[in-house]
Amino acid sequence: MERLADYIVYNLPFLQQIPRVIVDLIIMLFFATCMLLFWVALFAGITSWVERRVAGRIQSRIGPNRVGPQGFLQWIADGLKCFLKEDFVPAAADKKLFLLAPYIVFAGMFAVFVVVPFGDGLIISNLNIGIFYVLAISSLVVVGILMSGWSSNNKWSLLGGMRSAAQIVSYEIPVSLAILPVILLTGSLGMQDIIRAQGPYPWQWFAFHNPFTFIAFFIFFIGALAEGNRTPFDIPEAESELVAGYNTEYSGMRFVFFFFAEWANLYIIAALTVTLFLGGWNTPAHLYTNLFGLLHRSVDVAGTFVFILKSLFLVFVIIWIRWTLPRLRVDQMMDVCWKYFVPFSFANIVGTIIWMVLADAAPVLGYVRYILFVVGLMVPLAIAMKITRNFRLAKSEIHLNPFI
Amino acid sequence: MYFQFANVIVFLLVGMAFVGVVLFIGRLFRPSSYDSVKSTTYECGEEPVGSAWINYNSRFFLIALIFLIFEVEVVFIFPVAVVFRNWIAQKLGMVALVEILVFVLILFVGLIYAWAKGDLDWIKPTPSEARGAKDV
Repeated sequence: MERLADYIVYNLPFLQQIPRVIVDLIIMLFFATCMLLFWVALFAGITSWVERRVAGRIQSRIGPNRVGPQGFLQWIADGLKCFLKEDFVPAAADKKLFLLAPYIVFAGMFAVFVVVPFGDGLIISNLNIGIFYVLAISSLVVVGILMSGWSSNNKWSLLGGMRSAAQIVSYEIPVSLAILPVILLTGSLGMQDIIRAQGPYPWQWFAFHNPFTFIAFFIFFIGALAEGNRTPFDIPEAESELVAGYNTEYSGMRFVFFFFAEWANLYIIAALTVTLFLGGWNTPAHLYTNLFGLLHRSVDVAGTFVFILKSLFLVFVIIWIRWTLPRLRVDQMMDVCWKYFVPFSFANIVGTIIWMVLADAAPVLGYVRYILFVVGLMVPLAIAMKITRNFRLAKSEIHLNPFI
Repeated sequence: MYFQFANVIVFLLVGMAFVGVVLFIGRLFRPSSYDSVKSTTYECGEEPVGSAWINYNSRFFLIALIFLIFEVEVVFIFPVAVVFRNWIAQKLGMVALVEILVFVLILFVGLIYAWAKGDLDWIKPTPSEARGAKDV
């Protein structure tokens, strides 16, 4: 994006009169606002509708279908409704922290989008500490959640906030450890470098590179679900035990911002998984365009399309998981993290290091990726066979059409 | 270089400003009425007893401590992971392997210690339970 700024200044001579810092700042503000309004807000809103529709179909209901075609405008109606609701602070709450918490949660989530890639060269800024930055800045969300839980002075909120902090903090360890095999193989922390180190075909992805990254992929994905407070790890806001967890006392728009962050977080989880393990924007065929000279160089639209498609599919999988699996208990969740994920991800790191040393001596190990690819292919196949079997055994009528 | 990292600050500020602006515009439209009953803490209709700011379960503190140790470890492994490919290219792979193994193993022993002490169990057995059924 820095070169894009150079290009804009070069082509518009009147900008050269203004100090460069101010021009840069305006360009940065423009892109940040575009990202917020035209991607994060739209994604979070539409996903809230998609999630409820999918949930409805999974539970043999219809889901919201009144506002707009197929209920598509439901998210705007909900947003507008919350916008007009009273913004309420309980008398017993710590007012300053209570009011501040949504800002921290939202900013912590939004700042991750600086390094979320969208295509070859399409990234707000390709920081050289990319993935490390994600781990660091996303911890702001924990601070915000803990703040909201504690400042509400409500027992439900306190329980939810504490559980949430313990959960996010615990799962941060296996998630960061599961990223390390990818870093070892890439030799760089930059998001685009990680993608470039993989290839267009599935067996060139890091998920299938060796048995250790294969396990790391699952640890990362499940751990990321837990960090995003998604079912089966939604203990912090377990509706049936804690009312709503850390946001029990919130109302109106402040309440919305917590969920805004949660849904936008879905895309972050999916995009990070695609970047680290599923090949990112690599495609066998390319389709270059420079948008009629608007950009300083041609970008690969096919790659962007593939990247977003893969991410959206993962978002769908996350929603699917949420409405399929029941919630874990607190002690079970902690056991899964500390007694299975942490030792396994340690073994993954050591395994990857040994693998790299061995593969350097014996290149024949490179063929293992084809075997792993076939094994990985078995997972969706097994799920598909199970689903078709369930369809066959179901005595009642099955509606496959989601639009009713 | 400043351009790349300035984006981080711009994004943080735009994120906060968005929340602020939306809440500010909302203030012009939304109702605001005080009611002493409405502003009590919500506990499903029950009268709240006492404050929620209590001494909290120390399990959470232990988890935070263990987290801190391992997070620092992860932060230290990251730089090594970045340069490891170069070491292999220079045929120094085995040296680096042994070094990382020693570092990881020391912390792994720490994890095993915490595990053996029962600090990873959410419900830590009380001394009487830990002695086993024969004492009952």
